[in-house]
Amino acid sequence: MAIHLRSADELEKMHRAGLIVWDVLNALRQLVKPGLSTMDLEKFAEQKIAGVSGKPAFKGYRGYPCVLCTSVNSEIVHGIPSPKRVLREGDIVSVDFGMVVDGYYADSAVTIPVGSIAPELQKLLDVTREGLDRAIDKMRVGNRLGDVGHAVQSWVEENGFSVVREFVGHGIGTKMHDEPNLPNYGEPGRGARLQEGMVIAVEPMVNAGKPAVRMRDEWTAETADGSPSAHFEHTIAVTASGPWILTRPRDVTGPSW
Amino acid sequence: MAKHHEDDKKKGDSGNTKEDAIEVMATVIEPLPNAMFRVELENKHQVLAHVSGKMRKNFIRILAGDKVAVELSPYDLTRGRIVYRYK
Repeated sequence: MAIHLRSADELEKMHRAGLIVWDVLNALRQLVKPGLSTMDLEKFAEQKIAGVSGKPAFKGYRGYPCVLCTSVNSEIVHGIPSPKRVLREGDIVSVDFGMVVDGYYADSAVTIPVGSIAPELQKLLDVTREGLDRAIDKMRVGNRLGDVGHAVQSWVEENGFSVVREFVGHGIGTKMHDEPNLPNYGEPGRGARLQEGMVIAVEPMVNAGKPAVRMRDEWTAETADGSPSAHFEHTIAVTASGPWILTRPRDVTGPSW
Repeated sequence: MAKHHEDDKKKGDSGNTKEDAIEVMATVIEPLPNAMFRVELENKHQVLAHVSGKMRKNFIRILAGDKVAVELSPYDLTRGRIVYRYK
């Protein structure tokens, strides 16, 4: 149970997986529109990765049946795609996707608006995405895990939302879920110190209402109070020159999503 | 895919070492400080045993020569926990 440090070579492999993840999620961002079911998104993603080297990371993980997780509105994470779940104008859908290439994993997620959405929902998305940006900025050598969690929590709570406690970001590498856990809350100066070569999937999950979680089925987690929830994620490597977002091309800059 | 906080606890062995213990009969040889006792097991091994919390709470006194039941941890067979004193 130790935190693995990855070599430059290993990071490149994870980046290769990350670029596929980025392609799929970006294409889905363009694709999502009212009338599509979450199973349509799943089918699209399956087709998109049919030719590439590597395998989807989620399918078969602890018996998970699909390549995507699609979590609509009050669903926080791990919603299972279904032909019955049809997206409507004004919904938000969180799409979570991971790939494994050459034994190395990459994991990322984005919450996509369906058509035009209410200003409160847009604010939820903006705050969550900004939370991810702030967390990524803390992924520097010498900082601690608590600094990263605190960056998310303080920003989110300042804006009147809450962070989910039951699910956490995680180390990632040759396993999808590795050491350490990275909660989206924390105290500055606590927790393991970040070192060059650590790779962590940073993933704020933000509820518009209370943080409490209810499990609808074995996988699907939704907010206990029915409030909407957003989820943004990138796989981040700590490098000497600062955080490196492995799940997007190097030449893309600006906000994380 | 987010990791469930509890996942770590479900992995591998039960994590509850109290359930994995081996229970054996023993005789108390001498009392030691801090509610510890040197006991001799039926197989003549001598181990260091402390008194279980439940027995301490109920003021079960233990003297040299008492027959007791000792739980041994499979990880460290030189230490045990006295869980019962026979009358």
